[in-house]
Parts: sequence; structure tokens; C-alpha cells
Amino acid sequence: MSRLDARELVIDVPGRADGRALTLSVEPGQVWGVLGPNGVGKTTLLHTLAGLRAPRRGQVRLDGRPLATLGRRQIARRLGLVFQERHDGFPATVRETALIGRHPWLSPWQMEGGEDLRLAEAALARLDVDHLADRLVSTLSGGERQRLTIATVLTQAPRIWLADEPTNHLDLHHQTEVMALLAGEAAAGRAVMMCLHDLNLAARWCDRLLLLYSDGEACWGPAETMLVPAALERLYGQRLATAEVDGAPVFVPVRGES
Amino acid sequence: MRQLSLPLGILLAAALAALALSVSVGSVSVAPDALWAVLAGGGEVLPRTLVLELRVPRSLSAFAVGGLLAVAGALMQVLLRNPLADPYVLGLSGGASVGALAAMLGGMGGVVISGSAFGGALASTLLVFGLAHGTGSWTPSRLLLTGVVVAAGWGAVITLMLAVTPADRLPGMLYWLMGDLSYARTPWPPLAMLLVVCLLVIPLGRSLNVLARGPLQAAALGVAVRPLEWVIYIAASLLTAMAVTTAGSIGFVGLVVPHMLRLVLGNDQRLILPACALAGGTLLVLADTLARTLIAPEQLPVGVITALLGVPTFLYLLYRSR
Repeated sequence: MSRLDARELVIDVPGRADGRALTLSVEPGQVWGVLGPNGVGKTTLLHTLAGLRAPRRGQVRLDGRPLATLGRRQIARRLGLVFQERHDGFPATVRETALIGRHPWLSPWQMEGGEDLRLAEAALARLDVDHLADRLVSTLSGGERQRLTIATVLTQAPRIWLADEPTNHLDLHHQTEVMALLAGEAAAGRAVMMCLHDLNLAARWCDRLLLLYSDGEACWGPAETMLVPAALERLYGQRLATAEVDGAPVFVPVRGES
Repeated sequence: MRQLSLPLGILLAAALAALALSVSVGSVSVAPDALWAVLAGGGEVLPRTLVLELRVPRSLSAFAVGGLLAVAGALMQVLLRNPLADPYVLGLSGGASVGALAAMLGGMGGVVISGSAFGGALASTLLVFGLAHGTGSWTPSRLLLTGVVVAAGWGAVITLMLAVTPADRLPGMLYWLMGDLSYARTPWPPLAMLLVVCLLVIPLGRSLNVLARGPLQAAALGVAVRPLEWVIYIAASLLTAMAVTTAGSIGFVGLVVPHMLRLVLGNDQRLILPACALAGGTLLVLADTLARTLIAPEQLPVGVITALLGVPTFLYLLYRSR
């Protein structure tokens, strides 16, 4: 079990005032959703929480210790990050790509063993891309690549998941599968935080929400207290119609009004 | 481990065969049985002197230089995440050439030329990295661009130096610029460096595989990115400086060898780096053998052979890749 704490955290978005500092904890079993308009700093927040960017002020703690005092390898054994953007350097197969998730767990002289391969194969099967294992990543579709990205983090087996728009490029069925996977990870005692653009996925799957406003303001708390139509309309600058379907609120943008 | 040992075994056998060929042919050929007698510690005086004092040091030097250049090229390509990177593109050989030519222009002898070339290569390394570093954020494309511009600057300085050189010193300089293994005296420093660097980078291999996927991804998977990038850059610079110091400026080995191996063996750096050492060495041994024998007893600069082989090979690979 691991937990991630932000203390008086101000992320460094160039050219923006500090706004409200974040003090919140991502605890085992919780599923956090981060909502906000484009450019508000959702990705920057996740990268700051993972220690890949320095905050402007404040501190991030992993299991009580400041991130800055931990080595990258120690962090990578506890915390996994699903990136939104992907770089293809040199050609690699799907299986090789999933296997690099084992990197933090292997010593420099160690080759990947049968157990590592088994974990990678299981992750590929879980994300429904095992039939592509021998294909080159560059030949995959956007949605297949997204599932491979998640399979790589699943192979890494972190106790804290930070996922940057994990449902990007996915069809409806695989969106649901991925959200169920992340919720399942939380139910198994791991902590999850994800950035989302889809309010309805957030309403259905997240139990905590963090709303980031363009002016640097922020509010967070249990999902049911955050899903207030007026707050969400201010968040996106968009009129919304609300209904309830299948026990969860559904938000639909109202056409022609803003 | 089996998928590593088979290709490396084949490359090792090819390297040994190339070395054997290289020490037996030349202006005077040595028959296989005479060669065996010499290597076993006996044989007649003439082939003994020819093989042990002239050809073996030169062939081993060629092997070491080829290996150094290919490994340096493979490292630079991972560092810059750019398949077109090689140490020469980054201005290293330009700096080394200016150092060597300055020593020759001053009428200095062998050791000073080598030392001056080494100093020039390292100075160029620091210049490029310092400038690309700038105010704190260097990116691969910025490093590459800085290297290309610095290399162009060195090129102008080289032309200027050649223009003011007395005619009787020009041939030596031109041979150095085109790469020439007849300067190589003892093969042991470059061979030792090749071995040490191979042993050092093999445990870094998996980290390099991760780094090839981008610095953020690598950091998220537990790689200390900046220290690793420094290690690669310094290692590649030292390898290149040693190679250039031993044999002058030899192009295309660092670019072409890693590419050919990647096409055949994939992109696992744990396999590619030792394979580069073996295949780069083999290629340069063969090129040097051609350089010594094509118009024997005259010799061609080996850099001309590698470029003549390298340019069409590279263009073919580039054409085929898209």
C-alpha cells in the first residue's frame, strides 16, 4: 500500500498566477479524477506528482517521504505513469514495449526472465492486445497503442497509478474496460488518479474529483459533492443539461449556448 | 541469453576470419601454414617480422578503431534519439582534425599529433555540449544542430589551414584527414578502451533501451536520465577521440554499422553494442586490407574505402526504409 500526498502544492504553469495551493492525499482504494479545460495544467499536475517536474512551491510526499529525496528507481517501483503523448524512437515490438515495464524491478546485470515475460503477456491479454505481441508498435492503431501504454504500466505493477487521459483514442467498449481495470486496481488496495475529459466517465467511475479552473482556482472532494452542474458549467464555460441514467448523473452540453 | 550468444558468436567468427585474412595478404602474401607457424611462435624470419611487427599491430588497430567508432555511433544515436546521429556529425572529428593539423603545421611529430588530436576532440565535445546546454534546457535536436554548425566551423578552419600549408607537408595532412592506419603504432590503448567501454555499457543496456523511448518515459520507469545522458555523451566522445587519434578521421563506420545491425538484430542495446564493436572492427579490418592491397605497394587512405562502401550502403538503407 502506498499513498501520495500533495502539501501546499503549486504546479509550475508558465505565465499563470499561483492560484490555490493543493493539499490533498491520494490514498489506497481511492479513484481520483482530475477535470478541467484544455491547458489548465492537468498533465503538468500529474508529472509534478510523479516527480518529473519541479513544483513552483510546496511538496509532494510518497509514503511520507519527500519525492525529491527518493531515487527514480524507488519511485518507479511504487508509482506508474500512463503518458498521454508517446515518442517512437527506434522500432520495437509490442511485447518488448510491455516488457520495459519490468525495468525498475531488474538489476543492471539481470536479463528479463520467464516471470517478467509472464507478467507482460498477462498484461497484454488483460488489455486485449496479446494477439499483436509480435507486431511493431508503429503499425498499431491509436487505440491499440493506448491499450499497450496501459499494459506497460500494468506490467510495471505500481501501487499508485497516475493516468493521463487513459481513455484517449479508445472505443466505447475499451473505455469501459480500462476504467474497470483502474477501478479494480483501486479495489485491490492501490491508489489511482487520472485526468479525464469525459465528465460522464468521471461521474461513473471516480470517487474523488479535483476540479482545476483556468484562473488557477481549484476545488476537490468526494465526487457527489463536486458534480454540481453550476460548478461544472463554470469549469468548462459551457451550458450543460443533466439527467440520471443507470444510477449515475449524465452531463450533456447544450447546443448553441455557452 | 541464447538469443545474444548466437549472433555474437557469428560476428566473433567473422572478426577472427577478417583478422586472419588481413595479416596474410598484402604486398607480400603469407600462406596459411606459414601464418600458423608464426602465430604459434616459430616460422621464418621474414614472414615473422612482416606479420608480428607490421601487420598484426595494424590489423588490431583497425579492429579497435572500427569497433570504437561503431559503438560511439550507436551510443550517440540513442542519446539523440536520432538514427542519423554519429560522432562525426557532432563536430568531434572536426575538432580532432584541427588539433592534428595544427601540430603538423607546426612541424611536430607523432605523439604530439596524437595528443593534439585528442585535445581537439575533447575541446569540441565541451564546446558543443556547453553551447547546446545554453541556459539550462538542451534537447536532442538542439545538440544535433549545435554539433552540425560547430562541425561546419571546423571544416572552414581545416580548409584555411590547408590553404596556408607549404606544399611539401600537404600529402601527410590530406592522408590524415581521410583516415590512415599507417600512423597506428600500438593497438593496445584503443583495444583496451573498447573492451572497458563494452563491459561498462552492457549493464547500462536496458536503461539505454528505456532511454531510447524518450526521457520522460525513461524517468517514469526509474532511469536517472540526466546522469545517464552525461555518461553516454562522455563515453562516446572518449571513444571517438581515441579512434580519431589512432587513425585519423574515418567516416561512415559510426553511422552505417549500427544501422545495418539494427535492421538484422533489432534494437536491444545489450545486443547491439557488443555487436557494433565486433562488426565495426571487422568492417574496418576489411577496408584497411583493401586499402593496402588494391594498388599495392602503394596504399589508399582507409577513410576513402569506408566512405566509398558506406555512402551507397547508407543511401540504399535510407531508400529502403520508407
